[in-house]
Amino acid sequence: MTGLTRRRALMTLPIAGAGLAGFGCWKMLSAMQDGSFDPRAIRLDKNERPIPDFVLPGIPGLGDGFDTSMLRQATQPVLINFFASWCIPCVAEMAALRVISQRIALWGIAYKDKPDDARRFVSRDGSPYRRTALDQSGMTAIDWGVSGVPESFLVLPGGQIAWHGTAALDETQFEQHVLPIAAGTR
Amino acid sequence: MFFLGPEEGHYALAFACVLALAQFILPLWGAARGIRLLLDMASRLAFAQFIALSYAFVSLIACAVGDDFSVQNVAANSAISKPLLYKITGVWGNHEGSVLLWALILSLCGGAVALLGRGLPLILKARVLAILGGVSTGFQLFCLLTSNPFARIWPAPADGQGMNPLLQDPGLAFHPPVLYTGYVGFAVPFAFAVAALIEGRVDAAWGRWVRPWAVAAWCFLTCGIAMGSWWSYYVLGWGGYWFWDPVENASLIPWLTGTALVHSAIVVEKRDALRIWTVLLAIASFSFSLSGTFLVRSGILNSVHAFANDPARGVFILGLLAIVIGGSLALFAWRAPGLSAGGLFAPVSREGGLVLNNILLCALCAVVVTGTMYPPFMQILTGRTLSVGKPFFDATTIPLALPLLAAMGLGTLLPWKRGHLLPALRRLRIAGVIAAIALIGGSFLLEGILPVLCAAAALWVIAASVVDLASKLGLRGGLHVLRQRLPRLPRAVWGSTLAHIGIGVTVLGITGMSQAQHNVVEIGLGETIHQGALDWTLLSVRQEAGPNYRALIADLSVSKHGRVVATLHPSRRDFESQHQVTTDVAIRTNLMRDLYAALGESHGQGSSARYVLRLHNNPLAPWIWLGGVVMALGGALSLSDRRHRFGAPRKPSQAVAGEGS
Repeated sequence: MTGLTRRRALMTLPIAGAGLAGFGCWKMLSAMQDGSFDPRAIRLDKNERPIPDFVLPGIPGLGDGFDTSMLRQATQPVLINFFASWCIPCVAEMAALRVISQRIALWGIAYKDKPDDARRFVSRDGSPYRRTALDQSGMTAIDWGVSGVPESFLVLPGGQIAWHGTAALDETQFEQHVLPIAAGTR
Repeated sequence: MFFLGPEEGHYALAFACVLALAQFILPLWGAARGIRLLLDMASRLAFAQFIALSYAFVSLIACAVGDDFSVQNVAANSAISKPLLYKITGVWGNHEGSVLLWALILSLCGGAVALLGRGLPLILKARVLAILGGVSTGFQLFCLLTSNPFARIWPAPADGQGMNPLLQDPGLAFHPPVLYTGYVGFAVPFAFAVAALIEGRVDAAWGRWVRPWAVAAWCFLTCGIAMGSWWSYYVLGWGGYWFWDPVENASLIPWLTGTALVHSAIVVEKRDALRIWTVLLAIASFSFSLSGTFLVRSGILNSVHAFANDPARGVFILGLLAIVIGGSLALFAWRAPGLSAGGLFAPVSREGGLVLNNILLCALCAVVVTGTMYPPFMQILTGRTLSVGKPFFDATTIPLALPLLAAMGLGTLLPWKRGHLLPALRRLRIAGVIAAIALIGGSFLLEGILPVLCAAAALWVIAASVVDLASKLGLRGGLHVLRQRLPRLPRAVWGSTLAHIGIGVTVLGITGMSQAQHNVVEIGLGETIHQGALDWTLLSVRQEAGPNYRALIADLSVSKHGRVVATLHPSRRDFESQHQVTTDVAIRTNLMRDLYAALGESHGQGSSARYVLRLHNNPLAPWIWLGGVVMALGGALSLSDRRHRFGAPRKPSQAVAGEGS
């Protein structure tokens, strides 16, 4: 290759790279529009991040809350679910959560909710949660990295977050994404 | 205000768009055909476009101030009860308004080039303005077609929906304009680069013209990033200052390439080398500014700073990016191979140091781009989702930043063309001793090996900058040498020294923050928390009513060895109309450390009530932003240097170099 052709090849690299990136972005946008791509679904690698420090009170009438150390000392994987009585997708998610709660320990955190509303919401058709807590200010949710409810986190024994879902859970999602990690197959 | 209504604003925006299109086409045509009249029109069109767009922007502000809720944007983001300041600043606190502000700043840049670029060759200036006009056209079309801030709704509501209370903060009100000026400012070096590619010539004069614009944009971007980081520190109440959030990364990426550009342009100016690379950096800086906005607004990257996402808007911006970035890079691929290579230099020389600076900065940039873009790309390619966070960035950026800092101290002492390491190192022995002391002292005081290395590197940079300045001032030679040299030392030297010291100060601040002590506790009235040598006591909690919120305020006293050092009053504000609670962080600083307290939630009644508190002792925290301010000041000082002053008369020889084509 002569010097000039090599230079030419070199100078085409930027546009080639930009073109590839642009094509990827275009694919993402079109996939976002038909719903097959959701940038808000996040999976963390195992042991990627420890749970943040928090102490949360319980929802009045539904027992005590929980804190970091209780979660860390859990002997089995725990699915933490952030919910709120004012959030419509959370209402829709409840039915799926009841099924899921048969297969994994499910702990709920009410996000920016009034205590009475949260209690009524959880106990309306039978609570799927083994434990519940109230994050009235939303500060704990911020520490967890919640961007909106409902969101769920899979916490492994020892307090490592292994999975983070930023949309309402359903059974297929749970079986595909959460269960394999919880069972230790991934 | 009948003459500043939404229709007038809308019309002015459309008019500005037409002017911008004319500003794009006519000068380029004139330059190709050598029609003097069309070349002269470039500046006038740039001024006219700026005036029309200002009119549109003022109209939108008038709608917001006058509570015209028939304008959808105002109805969605404002309310009668909102304080006047936030009615005005709220105009750019939402997607549509911020796009209009973006376009306004872009046209301001065009006006500034037209006004300050009197010394530029006519054809180059016309082409630069044409490119700016072209980019303006795209953005104003985007504004008109997909994000019209003047759209009306019917029936008009009686009151607006208000604004996110988190955004009702003076710091955030002025953060976007500064940050956007930084982003958009890189459009000017971009336009210079494209114009140079069209002309097929890049020389030392080009480097001298482009550098002040790059430095100005860099100063604003530095300030903008520092303000954003400070805002998240004192408003969000998470106790952190940088979260490697996609929006933050989107501002850091052009800052890194912009910093590289500011340095490589020096080589073009002084030694007429690295021309093609500098052109590419100018294109890259603006391209990254644009794509960052695109990725955030389209929703591909999601973040805490989210605007309303809309894939349809994303398609429009992607098309715009394809034209602007794709077009400029295609031009680059076509014309750059024909540009002649510049002067030669030995690896150990000032140029070599600046090349090393560029390589490391671009490597840092590549790392941040990778970390930011990896998750969506992996998801679209493999369907697997994952997130990249702080651990990745900490592990990859620090090993690149350390050699960058080490080279920074040395680089400014090397002579142009060919230098030797040993004499330079010998002159830096004081700085070396200071860094070594920091290394030894740090390993006793600080936790972890990386903070120790960072502290040593930061002190090395600061000490080396001071030594360099001292030797340039001839401090060894006594007072009379100093008296001779002090007035003659160019401001650019002061500026670069200051900017380098600023980096050192910021790195020291970051190192200090890594040693922060923090507790999240739940305590009752009268209880005390021990944190290192500090004792935090919750004295009392009271309620207070604000204009549109209720506040719960805690009174905390902090004592050290039994002596009270500060009382803090963190509070929580409940904005009932918006169903939102914000934390009002209490910070007490003495510039060497911040005491930082945030009030979380409470439960229980009366004397048995318990409160969640986040208590931090952040050593050197203010230095992070102080360093940013020092960097920006350094840039501003170097801008005021005689050689770069926009209106400075050119020497005859340079005038010849600039003529022709």
